[in-house]
Amino acid sequence: MRDLPLLSLVTFLPILGVLFIMPLRGEAEKVANNARWIALWTSLATFLLSAHLWWQFDPSTADFQFVERASWLPEYRISYHMGVDGISLFFVLLSTFLTPICVIASWAPITTRVKEYMIAFLVLETMMVGMFCALDFVVFYMFFEGVLIPMYLIIGVWGGPRRVYAAFKFFLYTLLGSVLMLLAILQIYFLVGGTTDIPTALHSQIPAAMQTWLWLAFFASFAVKVPMWPVHTWLPDAHVEAPTAGSVMLAGVLLKMGGYGFIRFSLPMMPDASGTFAPLVFGLSVVAIIYTSLVALAQDDMKKLIAYSSVAHMGIVTIGIFTVTAEGLQGAMIQMLSHGVVSAALFLCVGVVYDRLHTREIARYGGLVHNMPKYAFCFMVFTLASVGLPGTSGFVGEFLALLGAFEAGQTSRASPWVAFLATTGMILGAAYMLYLYRRVIFEKIMREDVRRMVDLHWREIVVFVPMIAVVLWMGIYPNSFLKPMQPSLARVIERVPAAASLPPSGHLAQR
Amino acid sequence: MPVAAVPSFLPALPEMFVGAAALALLMVGVFRGERSGTLVSWLSVVAFVVAAVLVLKFGLVRRVALNGMFITDGFGAFMKIVVLAGSAVSVLFALDYNQRQGIARFEFPVLVVLATAGMMMMISAYDLISLYIGLELQSLALYVVASFDRDSVRSTEAGLKYFVLGALASGMLLFGASMVYGFAGATGFEALQHALQGGGARSIGLLFGLVFIVVGLAFKVSAVPFHMWTPDVYEGAPTPVTAFFSVAPKTAAVALFVRVMVDPFGHLVSEWAQVIWAISVASMILGALAAINQQNIKRLMAYSSIANVGYALIGLATGGDKGVRGVLLYMAIYAVMTIGAFGCILCMRRQGKMVEGIADLSGLARNQPGLALALGIFMFSLAGIPPLAGFLAKFYIFLAAIDAGFYGLAVIGVLASVVGAYYYVRIVKVMYFDEPAPAFDRPVSPVVGAVLAIAAVLILLFFAFPAPLTDSATAAAATLFSE
Repeated sequence: MRDLPLLSLVTFLPILGVLFIMPLRGEAEKVANNARWIALWTSLATFLLSAHLWWQFDPSTADFQFVERASWLPEYRISYHMGVDGISLFFVLLSTFLTPICVIASWAPITTRVKEYMIAFLVLETMMVGMFCALDFVVFYMFFEGVLIPMYLIIGVWGGPRRVYAAFKFFLYTLLGSVLMLLAILQIYFLVGGTTDIPTALHSQIPAAMQTWLWLAFFASFAVKVPMWPVHTWLPDAHVEAPTAGSVMLAGVLLKMGGYGFIRFSLPMMPDASGTFAPLVFGLSVVAIIYTSLVALAQDDMKKLIAYSSVAHMGIVTIGIFTVTAEGLQGAMIQMLSHGVVSAALFLCVGVVYDRLHTREIARYGGLVHNMPKYAFCFMVFTLASVGLPGTSGFVGEFLALLGAFEAGQTSRASPWVAFLATTGMILGAAYMLYLYRRVIFEKIMREDVRRMVDLHWREIVVFVPMIAVVLWMGIYPNSFLKPMQPSLARVIERVPAAASLPPSGHLAQR
Repeated sequence: MPVAAVPSFLPALPEMFVGAAALALLMVGVFRGERSGTLVSWLSVVAFVVAAVLVLKFGLVRRVALNGMFITDGFGAFMKIVVLAGSAVSVLFALDYNQRQGIARFEFPVLVVLATAGMMMMISAYDLISLYIGLELQSLALYVVASFDRDSVRSTEAGLKYFVLGALASGMLLFGASMVYGFAGATGFEALQHALQGGGARSIGLLFGLVFIVVGLAFKVSAVPFHMWTPDVYEGAPTPVTAFFSVAPKTAAVALFVRVMVDPFGHLVSEWAQVIWAISVASMILGALAAINQQNIKRLMAYSSIANVGYALIGLATGGDKGVRGVLLYMAIYAVMTIGAFGCILCMRRQGKMVEGIADLSGLARNQPGLALALGIFMFSLAGIPPLAGFLAKFYIFLAAIDAGFYGLAVIGVLASVVGAYYYVRIVKVMYFDEPAPAFDRPVSPVVGAVLAIAAVLILLFFAFPAPLTDSATAAAATLFSE
């Protein structure tokens, strides 16, 4: 089993499914059904394969595992190089975990152009998995940008009324950030001696003056993806207009690309610049947490509210990353994984009621607990996980990330205000989520059409059960996730000139 | 004439063959009469294929022939293959189109063959005189081809505009060449290079001449600010001719541009690099911005070609072999994308009439998913989205720019490409997101369909097998700098 190119299999298995779906012809209804089943089986097989990856993964080392390398453009020393470490492993799993869920969740709601829809999702899966596995900058960039094509089509073809606007905004925003990163990648190519090999770049020293520019170029790309305030505005639009499963992928995986990029590239390759710009990141993140939480409080569209909550939660992630403490980074990772499942699940929860009433307006609902108790339960679990209740995944992530922030606050690395304000954001988070939950689930049923809504279909239960299981698993025994990532994260921290050894700044001296 | 002198003609054999083929085809046409268009077209395609074989056989080694007027090298061979492929495909495109439009005359392929002979001459020119002869042979044939649909006001207008402005540019070029001759005392590229070595003969008059030559060449590649003719000519000319214009003559002109700058004036790189820099930036920005509001897809492709020349010129501005390699790859990939895009435009026919509005593509994905997919691939590729070939084309260009330290140019380039992405992606939007318009006529001509399919597969899968093209481009670029 060891010699199989496991990563390539996981990456390109979905394409095999695409090749099977493509030639489907005949009666529309039959084609649609076959496409659904093929997509489901392909994505499930991919998930099982990636689970096997986790099983075989050696958690004791920080090195890249399952490495594959093939000559691609030898004269430029660009090769097809794949591998995972503790950082990327879980993002691969997250992508393969969410894809079958998306397929099932789209089973009934998507009725037009089902074939193309399933193709788009399978291609998207390939791009996402490939991106997290890539160990060569050009391969990485190809997958990173390639994501745009299926996602653009998913939003634009199957989206809501303002889908065209949202699709363009998503596409151009992301592209604008990424092209600058491309130039940075080319510069790194020459700085590290004419290769785009990522492990080589990770072990090279880049001159400090150059680091500043490179860091900013990478930041342009990742900050848009995360998204950080003030370049987050594409996200609410894209989320609101995208079909439910599109939102799931956006929130679940696409946003994680930014965080992954910071951990994988920005910190270890541009350590000096990361230190220099950390206050900028902290500042933007704190603004994001407080501001978007307040904005979320004022929303009357459910999807928009959850979209803004995503920005806030990702703000905690970026704070955790740039504290460059073990706790902060682990917290950021768990928070990303947790958010990947929880916000995806919340979008699915919105999708459930949207499919029944075709509106996302919060005020149209109310009292769902009376006729949809199973739904109310699922929604509650994810609401509480989003708020960060102990025992759920959200708690572990936020707790560790904030712990990192407090720890960094002890040194010169971050101002204590960062941790303080971020914690305030958590309280606001509880406010808007519980407020949402109350308005949708509790109170009396005021409308006739709401009264007639039926509880979860078994297919919807199939979607929610594994997600609840993951949320609780991550919350109760996070060690199975933390352990494999610790060595890799420790290596990242090593690369950064120790947080404590930075020259003491003003407020530390006063203390 | 001594016998030993005969072999020196061998390097020019492909050009001579193409020239002779043009005359032979003319004879065939004249004797077979009006209805021989199809036969002559296919024969001309055969001639292009034979010429390509001859180029590969005789054109790869660096040799100067015909008293220093003519050069063959890997660089020239690479560009000639692209030109020949572009010409052949254009003739194939025109087969079906001309018949339907009622302009299926045998003169069309003959003119294309003549123009191609001129282009090959341009690529291989090693003297300002032979350069001009090649350029004029090409241009005169092109003026006629542009107005080939002579009963159409738009087509004749396009031909006339192209002629007047083209003549002006040729005049500029000639004027520049004469000044260069006056101040450097030579027209041969090798002699010029020697004269300019070590800063000798560098006078203000020579620079004037150089600038005029650049202006003339910039006109031929339709770079800003000498691009004004492009949208009108592209829109007015019959669609296969537009496809031809945007591939073959453009490639030849870019090749000529690169050779003239790098070879005779290579020592003046610090003088002309800034001019190219400015032209390149202006082309990228104008190409990106002006295309946004276009409603006619051929006009849009015209602005797209202006922008693309801007990117290709980035490679030239860097002045090194990496840059030239980038230019070679860029032009080859650009040719395939453009041919594909024009193949799709040729399929836009409703009730026997060509339509050219972008809105006519509405909902194409539902009526003709295959065609929509192909055009979608070309558009995403032109926008430079990986993993399509267009991305790799830009990648090599920007790699060269970063290597040479042209950071400003690279940043402007990528930002312009984001603006450009908007209008390419808008076409995808129209095809995939909008409500269907009435369907286009079917079936698509089998020849066009086949070309489309091949182009789409090449663009889609180039990333998997890039080595043949990149290797030959590297070898070709190296020949230009090996002395």
